[in-house]
Amino acid sequence: MKIGVCIKSTPDTSSRIQINPGGDDLSEAGVKWATSPYDMFAIEEAVQTKEATGGEVILFSASHQDTSKEVRKALALGPDSAVCIQDDGLAKADSLSFATSLAKAIEAEGCTLVFTGKRASDGNNIQVPAMVAELLGWPHVSFVTDFELDGESFKAVRAVGGGVEEVITGNLPVVITAERGLNSPRYAKLPMIVKAKKKPLATKSLADLGLTADDVAPIVTLSNYEPPAERGDCIILEGDAATTAKELVRRLREEAKVL
Amino acid sequence: MSGILVLAAHAGGTFKRTATELLGKGKELADSLGVPLFAAVLGDAPAADLGQFGASKVFVVGGDFSSYDTLHVTAALKAAVDASGATVLLAPSDFTGADAMPRLTARFRTGQATECTDLRVEGGRVVGRRPTNGGKVSADVHVSKDPAIFTVRPSSFGQPAAGGGAAEVVAVALDFAGSGLTLVESRKPETTAVDLTEAERIVSGGRSLKSKESFDSVIRPLSDALNATTGASRAAVDAHFAGHDEQVGETGKTVNPVLYIACGISGQVQHLGGMRTSKVIVAINKDPEAPIFKHATYGIVDDLFDVVPALTAEVKAALS
Repeated sequence: MKIGVCIKSTPDTSSRIQINPGGDDLSEAGVKWATSPYDMFAIEEAVQTKEATGGEVILFSASHQDTSKEVRKALALGPDSAVCIQDDGLAKADSLSFATSLAKAIEAEGCTLVFTGKRASDGNNIQVPAMVAELLGWPHVSFVTDFELDGESFKAVRAVGGGVEEVITGNLPVVITAERGLNSPRYAKLPMIVKAKKKPLATKSLADLGLTADDVAPIVTLSNYEPPAERGDCIILEGDAATTAKELVRRLREEAKVL
Repeated sequence: MSGILVLAAHAGGTFKRTATELLGKGKELADSLGVPLFAAVLGDAPAADLGQFGASKVFVVGGDFSSYDTLHVTAALKAAVDASGATVLLAPSDFTGADAMPRLTARFRTGQATECTDLRVEGGRVVGRRPTNGGKVSADVHVSKDPAIFTVRPSSFGQPAAGGGAAEVVAVALDFAGSGLTLVESRKPETTAVDLTEAERIVSGGRSLKSKESFDSVIRPLSDALNATTGASRAAVDAHFAGHDEQVGETGKTVNPVLYIACGISGQVQHLGGMRTSKVIVAINKDPEAPIFKHATYGIVDDLFDVVPALTAEVKAALS
């Protein structure tokens, strides 16, 4: 069985985000790239599934940039090989462009189970995983906190909000999106890092996947980037706990009118 | 044909606040574009009532939607959009918004703007505005194809006043063969609160709570007194003071309440990204240099173990 994992290189969550002059895109200069945090749960789950049932794990990444550095790091966590889709045609890609590219590559490799993070930390669009599933014609289960595979059958627990969890069963193929709590991702140890250097990493263009620039032409565009609006100065309430508590409730009722 | 279609979400036949909120905004956008406002309802709910919020027609997809099935919901929404001829679809950014909406977007081979906090009309099209990159920046989102799909963070807009007559109800036929997935069990927590992403009031605790016991005895009572949903910082979740689904922040949930009370949370950039758009933010922290105070509306520089119980008592007295 081939297990796919879609990962995305995103600015490290601690990095400063800079807006380019004109405001219509973000600067990529000086950004420290890392695999998006939720994708780490997806990698771990794929590797644990392989360890339990056999098979191989293939990483997939799609970008206009060279992501091989982040992908190589991810290979040290246990996956067997990687396909990096890299093409200038993805420079302005929207979610559907990425999903189209990834779905083609997944199909070409013959995967029947795909894990990915529930959302990427840059765009936060929460679109690519469900779109990949739709384009492949597979079902998907979102926000999964527990996953078990038994032959071709799986059981997944998804967090639907408000603390409610639903247990879903079905058969492969399926796309699973990883929620926090699915597992505890391992750290790469030196021998794994050394081994990862020799693992196959294929770089593919859109043409290699049988796609044209038109197939991934973006429908969604962003403009007018701005830092978040500044708030007014914080009103600090003075006094002992009983006084500040009373004053806060008064202000929330009379001033802010939220109680 | 054209028009704006609002997914009117309901729980067991009672429309959610997002339904009326989106109809209110949808009406404004539809009037500006000179197109009709429609609503889509999945399953059994008093659809005609939505006329009071400006919907001229309500497209009702019949069937049992009481247990959520991604492919069933996707097919139903596709049928409702097709039947209405709508060129814009507005939906709340709840679980359905995150799970089914992108699938629908891919089925139409169109574009979607996720978790918008504002919508406006520009050049004859609806444009969304949304925070991105963990709330560190905001941007306009343009969708160049129809239907253009927008999911909207609950509480982004006010509630409209009711008025006007009943809407015309149009039954939409759906031929759905089944998804192959089975919902075998639904596990509900002991106390059911509104989900963080839809909550109007949130009380969050950080690592300063020191233990799960004190999180439960200090934070949750204030949350209960305010009829709020409980949240937590990543540090508090990693220390197992609170559950994974209670984490607010860049790697947790993005929230947009009217009132957000942060107790013992320093306000790291990743946490701020998840709650920055809250209308009123209260920070309680004994460190006067904590970054959270730069983003708060009201601040109390004191020990949360003293302030929060006092606040709980005041809230109980005020709301009783």
